[in-house]
Amino acid sequence: MTTNYAVHVPQSALNVYAQQRRQRQALLGALRYAAIAFVLFIFLAPFLWMLLSSFKTQVDITNTRNILAFTPTLENYRNVFQQHEFLRYLLNSFAVAALSTLFSLILGLPAAYAIARFRLQWLGVILLTARIVPGITFLIPWYIIFSRLGLIGTLTPLILSHMLVGLPFIAWIMIAFYEDLPIELEEAAKIDGATPIGAFLRVALPLSMPGVITAGIVAFIFSWNNFMFSLVLADDRTRTLPIAIFNFLTYASVDWGGLMAAAVVITLPVLIITLFVQRYIVRGLIAGATKG
Amino acid sequence: MDFLNRHIRVTFILPSVIFVIAMMIVPILYTSYLSLHIWSGSARRAPEFVGLSNYERLFTRDPRFGDAVARTFIFTGIAVGAELTLGLGIALLINGKFLGHNLVKTLILLPMVATPVAIGMAWLLLYEPNIGALNALLRALGLPPQDFLGSSSTALLWLAVVDIWQWTPLMALILLAGLAALPEEPYEAARVDGASAWQRFIHLTLPLLFPTIIAATLLRSIDALKTFDIIYTMTRGGPGFATETINTYGYIQAFEYFQLGQASSLLIVFFTLILGVSLFFIRFRRRWGTAL
Repeated sequence: MTTNYAVHVPQSALNVYAQQRRQRQALLGALRYAAIAFVLFIFLAPFLWMLLSSFKTQVDITNTRNILAFTPTLENYRNVFQQHEFLRYLLNSFAVAALSTLFSLILGLPAAYAIARFRLQWLGVILLTARIVPGITFLIPWYIIFSRLGLIGTLTPLILSHMLVGLPFIAWIMIAFYEDLPIELEEAAKIDGATPIGAFLRVALPLSMPGVITAGIVAFIFSWNNFMFSLVLADDRTRTLPIAIFNFLTYASVDWGGLMAAAVVITLPVLIITLFVQRYIVRGLIAGATKG
Repeated sequence: MDFLNRHIRVTFILPSVIFVIAMMIVPILYTSYLSLHIWSGSARRAPEFVGLSNYERLFTRDPRFGDAVARTFIFTGIAVGAELTLGLGIALLINGKFLGHNLVKTLILLPMVATPVAIGMAWLLLYEPNIGALNALLRALGLPPQDFLGSSSTALLWLAVVDIWQWTPLMALILLAGLAALPEEPYEAARVDGASAWQRFIHLTLPLLFPTIIAATLLRSIDALKTFDIIYTMTRGGPGFATETINTYGYIQAFEYFQLGQASSLLIVFFTLILGVSLFFIRFRRRWGTAL
């Protein structure tokens, strides 16, 4: 019993010490959560403000004293869709993004596979250059050539120009993917009589689907967001959403509610895609920084 | 089909190679050609050859160009410097497990995937001097309201703030990936030796993370030098020329003034500049390569 008692004293002293430590750590943990919440607030506040303003009348927007005292209205959204041929621009944006992504995949996947399997680094470097060179360097020739060919006013120049953004990204992500893919499976398929193209289509391609999805989503978002190429290469009918919104600003610079409604319409699809496939997007966006 | 299979390298890369030649290499050559001429884009008047005089004018008689170059670098320096500092702070803050870790990583993605034009519109409303949220906040705190984009001395800085908001998350996520890849052992050794958290950060984390920091900084710098969407949608280079960068000046010269020869010489200089920075990046990366 005495031994028990003797041990008991330092134990309680230890407990006090441990308790202080726990308290300090709890405090640090709380501070950390507060800091994280603050960071999140900074990055999300402009979106929330945009969303909030899109449901306000012009009068409510000008009232900055009480930002939450307003009756939500859908009037801004109704105006945007009625007055500005928004549906057409939305369809243009979607068609250009989907088709440019599809064609970039068709060109980029075999190329990435060949670069990885046959070590064609030079082509990898050229595709990397396409990602680095300022897009505006191509714009004057594109505009002149596409005008001469009578293609301004069709979606073709938009799809082709957006492909130059999508293709390097797809190649970039997929080269790294195919380099990590074990070659043995393709070799086994070849022994079983598959041709080289067959081995790619039936073995390598299905195995690389997660990478293909990543690459496709990133390419789609880049095309959807593209401003500069569409600004020059689109006309009244082939305008994409970013251009439509930009023009909306110049014509109706005071209609903030309408402007914010339009901004919500264009941002929402991208944000929703991102929320669902977050993991892939991070990998896609930082592919360039972490892998070559 | 047999032929395609036997020449699989060519089959797989040819479509991409043709696309890149047609959409990238031909346009760059055409832009170089135009840079030696004076032309307004008219089909009836052929480009007039003037030798290197466009370049000569650019460097000796066009103060607007020199100012644009300086502003481009100031903008990039402010934006990337702040993004690196804040990004490192955020990476350290969210490194390691905590409740909601994945949610935070998803939500901070939103600024960089959202459509830049929509971001520009949302920040225009935030910056609006009379009804904007930021001035409302300043007034509530008893501080003097700002003119933000309206004042030529501060407009560039406030544009950089938007870029910082947009791209700090990318910096944070790249650095977070770098932190996750750091070895455990040096930290354990340092803890045994009684090093404080601050000492561990200065003497271990920073040096170990250095290659990632450099790679992320250069990657961001290349993109920041090319910033167009935010600047063109929010200020169009104004007030006056206070926020005009190389990219927006080139665009305005080509597609608002139709001085295609002049603009082409500017774009070739811009192209060379970006390529120079990128080559530096690639060489640097080769030296530190494995760590990335």
